This record gives sequence, structure tokens and C-alpha cells, in this order.
Amino acid sequence: MIETIRAAFVIGRRDFTAIIFSKAFFFFLLGPMFPLLVGGAAGLLGGQVARDIDRPVVGVAMSAEDSRQLLAARSTLAAQVGERRLPELKQLAQSARDVPPEKLLDDKANGLAAVLGGTLQKPVLTGTRGPIESYQGEVAMLSAFAKNADAMVLPTVETRLVERSAGNEKQKRLVTAQATQVLLFILTMLLAGMVLSNLVEEKANKIIEILAAAVPMDAVFLGKLFAMLAMAFVGIAVWATVGFGLANLSGPALPSLPTPAVGWPIFVLLGVVYFTMAYLILGSLFLGIGAMAATVREVQTLSMPVTMAQLINFFLAMYTVTKMGEPIELFACLFPFTSPFAMISRAAQDATLWPHLLAVAWQALFVLIILRVGVYLFRRNVMKSGSAGRIKDTGGKKLFGLVKLPG
Amino acid sequence: MHAIEARGLVKQFDGFRAVDGIDLNVPEGSIYGILGPNGAGKTTTIRMLLGIIDPDEGTRTLLGSDRPLSQSKLVGYLPEERGLYQSMRAADTIAFMGALRGMPLKEAEQRGRELMEEAGLGYAADRQIRQLSKGMAQTVQLLGTIVHDPKLIVLDEPFSGLDALNQAKLERMIRAQAERGVTIIFSTHVIAHAERLCERIAIIAKGKVSFDGLVSTARDRLRPQVHLETENLDGPWRKTIPADARQEGNWWHFTLPDSGAEPLLTALVEGKAGVKSLSIERPGLHDAFVAIAGEDTAAEMDAPTAEDLL
Repeated sequence: MIETIRAAFVIGRRDFTAIIFSKAFFFFLLGPMFPLLVGGAAGLLGGQVARDIDRPVVGVAMSAEDSRQLLAARSTLAAQVGERRLPELKQLAQSARDVPPEKLLDDKANGLAAVLGGTLQKPVLTGTRGPIESYQGEVAMLSAFAKNADAMVLPTVETRLVERSAGNEKQKRLVTAQATQVLLFILTMLLAGMVLSNLVEEKANKIIEILAAAVPMDAVFLGKLFAMLAMAFVGIAVWATVGFGLANLSGPALPSLPTPAVGWPIFVLLGVVYFTMAYLILGSLFLGIGAMAATVREVQTLSMPVTMAQLINFFLAMYTVTKMGEPIELFACLFPFTSPFAMISRAAQDATLWPHLLAVAWQALFVLIILRVGVYLFRRNVMKSGSAGRIKDTGGKKLFGLVKLPG
Repeated sequence: MHAIEARGLVKQFDGFRAVDGIDLNVPEGSIYGILGPNGAGKTTTIRMLLGIIDPDEGTRTLLGSDRPLSQSKLVGYLPEERGLYQSMRAADTIAFMGALRGMPLKEAEQRGRELMEEAGLGYAADRQIRQLSKGMAQTVQLLGTIVHDPKLIVLDEPFSGLDALNQAKLERMIRAQAERGVTIIFSTHVIAHAERLCERIAIIAKGKVSFDGLVSTARDRLRPQVHLETENLDGPWRKTIPADARQEGNWWHFTLPDSGAEPLLTALVEGKAGVKSLSIERPGLHDAFVAIAGEDTAAEMDAPTAEDLL
């Protein structure tokens, strides 16, 4: 065991230094900047477009007095509930009352989504299904308020601010849980995917046989996995430093997350632990699968289904955030590929700590199981012919040394 | 005492028996050649002996242990298909290979530099592998194989792809290691290398061992060949020439009779054959190989590989 760890350290150290001091690592660090920049730009553009789009307008074809009272009521209520929560009203000329509403809606110059006719006592809203369903309630409320504007004086609400409330706290912790899950998932996917191609260099360069003859294959897998984990932490440290720098610059503009149930220090610690476990679980699987692949092309072929499978796991974990204690949530906590995500969600919502010890032990055991299976398959399928990593030609081609294809 | 013992090793791949019941005994301190054509099962056998793969059947012990990897610190291995990390410096590569075999990294790096100096490559110690010529890179890999002073060195087709100069250097290195008492096993499909270097050989063909023993024993399987030129073509001396002798003009070619050389010489002189030329040649390993493994296998051995052509 000690010898395996020593050998894993030798291999891990070589891999880590080779990666960290490569030019490719610099570009890898820059990698997340691109989606952030693109996302930011897309968000800005989207916001601008949303602002530029005219809100649907409801044309008011009532008597002059009813129209005036309706617009006044809208103005008063908008000050209380917000401009965007009420439909935009446009007073039409009195002559419009003689025109069928359908014609008013057809006239592109008006640009109306619906036409409100009748009286305040009996308003008539004409339009397509969407606007009618959207504005029916608001129109009724505005008409009632307009009709009784003098009698309905809105009282001033005295407000008393408290630090927290049980109901609100629970709701907010869901946000912390979900945000952390998303962060863990993005980091895991971003970083663990690199493990897929981790053995390709050794196989392409035929170094794998030197390694396999010198140390147990478990040490090779373990060393590579932990080298990539160390590389991931370097990447996260760099990104976190940049992120905190930007957060300090932007100040209070950034939203702050509610305090998780276990408190921030333990939550951050558990976040690091669960990221490590998620990375190791996914990484060991990727390493095992990637080890079967003989070429970069095979690795690329593999990455899509693996990513999709991981997305399904993530969605399952996301789904269980609001299902604490239910069977589906317990399953997500036990199922190794969702366990780290489900457990960090638990940490945000439940202060009990002992389940985390069990979960981490179970996840670590599963990492070892995947590694052993990966090593077994590698030794069984890859080291076959006179050429390391080359699949023996038996009249057909073999994909990843496992599935025989007609050839 | 044997450095390696193998009994009934079998390895199948997809139903194909790549190795089919191989027995081997490699004495400590010997230079041992594994001869066979490409695809004979040499590499698979070596991989099983070193513990890279496990046999389906049979047992093997390496330096006294039935868990070969546990002895890896005492073993140096140069695989058939050479490969190195292209971005790694030469000295670091040797140090890495030493560290894999249990050496402290600093010590391995220092020893690696010494070995490079001895090999005349000291100036290239800090160059990346990709900056070295193919021959230099192969030398670096070879130095990485011996940096930790192993007791057993296993070389799989070590002469493949080397030019004549580097082949000679490699032969010198093998002899130097053997003089230190190191056991050396190498596989080859070139009989001449085995003939020059080995005390013992195993001939493998189609996954089976056809012969395992001293090179001299292999050769002794064939009688010496006599090549005789006479002035006269007839006389009483003709009775001493075997009936199956091949005659080409005044030349006679035949296997030395069981009675030996002396009665033959006496008969030739007393019978006034007029001997112009006489040579008695001990058969070479190639002839022995043909006799042991058959013409077809020998023809496969003689066929050059792609690496030989490079």
C-alpha cells in the first residue's frame, strides 16, 4: 500500500509539473473567462432587447370621464405595486368608441394588444386569448379602483425589519443549496473532463508499458487522478482570486447568499470536500473509460455521452433540493454520482453533520471501486499485443477494446 | 539459482493462444536470448514474466518472488516500442524512470547525469526529449533502464531501429552489465545478436518453446559440416565419403561422420585423394535454429520488420 502511494506520488508529481508548466495550462485558466464574457455580453444584449421591446398596450375606448378615472387609478396603483405589474393603457379618441374593437386591433398604426370598452361598471375587454388572460384581473381591479377612487384611500404601511424568519430562511437556504450545486457541477464538469484524455499521451508515446512494468497500475491511475485534482485546485484558486477581486470591485451589486444551515465555515469546508469527491468519482470513471480509448478521437467520441449522463445526474440532484427526507432525496444522497451534489444541498438546509461523514466515506469507497475496475479492464483489454495500447486485430475492430465492430 | 522461472505459462487473447504453455529457466548472471519471429509470443511472455499482465495459466517467479511487480526495484525494462515524454528534459526522464523504480529523485537525477556523461551525452542532459535525435532518445531510455543498478535487465527487441553503430554500443553495454553480474534477458528476431551475446537461449515459435538451453547445446544438435576439394575424383578414399554427400565438380560437401575427423583424414591421405582444401565447420546458431524451429519459422525470422527498414 505504502509502495503504491509512493509510486502514485512519483507519477502524480510528474503529471502535475508537466501540466502546470505547460502553455496549455495558461489557456486552460483563461478558458472560463470566455463563457463568462460571452454570457455577460449576451445578458447585456438580452436586457437591452427586452427594454427596447414595447410592452403590450391596452387601448381604452370608454367615455371620456371613465377613461380619465381609469388612467388616474392606474397611475395611483402603479406607484404602489410597480409600473410593470399593470398593463399599459392608451386612451383612444372618442370616435374610436364607434369603431368595432376588432378593427381597432387590426389597425397596425394603433399597435394595440387589446381594447377595453364598455363602462367602469361593466368593462368589456376585446383581444386575443393571451392578452385577455393576462389582463382580465388587472382590468377588473383598475375598474373597481377607478369607480371608487375617492372611497379607496391606500393606507401607509408601517414596516418593521427583522433579521430572519423561519419560513423565509428555509426558502432562502434553497437558493444557497442550488447555487452551490450549480457551482460544484460546473467546476466538476469543467475540470474532470480533462481526465478522459489523461492516459492517451502515455499510450500514444508507449510510456504506459514502462509505467506498468515499474509500478502497480493502481498507482498510475491514482497518481494521475490526484495530479489532475491538484491541477484543478490550482485552477480554482486562480479563478477564485480573480472572482473575489471582481466581486470587491463590483461591491454590493453582487447578491449575497443566505447563510447555510451548518454555517459558512463548515459549509465551505464541506464544499471543498464534496467537490473533491465529485471530482474523484467522475475523474476515476473518466480515467477508466479514457484508458480504454486508444486515440484522441475515441476520447472525443466518449465525452458527449459521458457529459450527458452527468447532466442527468445533476438534474436529479437539483430536483431533490426541495425534497429533503423524501425517498428520492435519500436515493440521490446514496447514489455515488449524485451523492456529493445532494449532500452539499443537505448541508445548506440541515445542520446535522454525521451524515456527511458517512457520505464521504461511502463516496471514497466508491472511488476506490471504480479505480480497481478501471485498472482491471485496462490490464485485461489494453496490454494485449506486441504494441502497447494497440488492440489486437482479430478480424474486426474493437471500440475501446470492449465492443467488437464489424471490420 | 534462477533469476526467472516459468512453468506452463498460457495467455489467450480473444480465444487466440498467444502463449501456449511456455517453460523457461533463466540462470542468474547469464545473458539469455529469447528468439522467435514476430508474433511468436515473445513480448507477451516478457509481459507475463514482469507482471505487466497475468497469465491465464501457469506460474512464474522473478528473482524468487511470484509477485513480479514486488521486485520491480531490482528490474530494468526496455519495452519493444520505445516512448518518452516529449516535453521532459533528458536528465529528468532518467531521474523519473529511476524514481519509478524506487530511487530518491535527487539521487536518480544525479546518477542520470553521470550516466549521460559516461555515454557522451552530458551536453544534452537539459534538452527536451523532442529536441534529441532518435538514437539519442533511445540511449536516454536505455540509461533510464539501468539508472537504478538493477539485478535483472529485460530488453524487448533492443536492437530494433538502431543503426549499426548504436547496435554495437548496445552490445557493449549488455556485456558490461553482464560483467557486473547482472542477469540480462533480451528478445530478438535477429539470430546474429543472440549468437554474439548469449550463453543461453530460448527459441519460441507459435507461442511454444522449441528449445531452452545453452547456445552450444543448440549448435551441437547438428553435426559439423565438411567442405572438401580434391584433385582426383575417384579412388579407394571415396568409401569414406558419405553416400548423401553433395558433389559440385571437385568439391564435396557432407556432414562429418560419427567416427570423427581423424579416420576421414587418414583415408583421404592414404587413398591419395589429392586434398587441395578441407574445412570442417561447426554449424552456426542459424543452422541450429532452422533445425530446431523449421524452415518456415526461420524464414519469418529473416524477414525484416518495419523498424528494421527505417
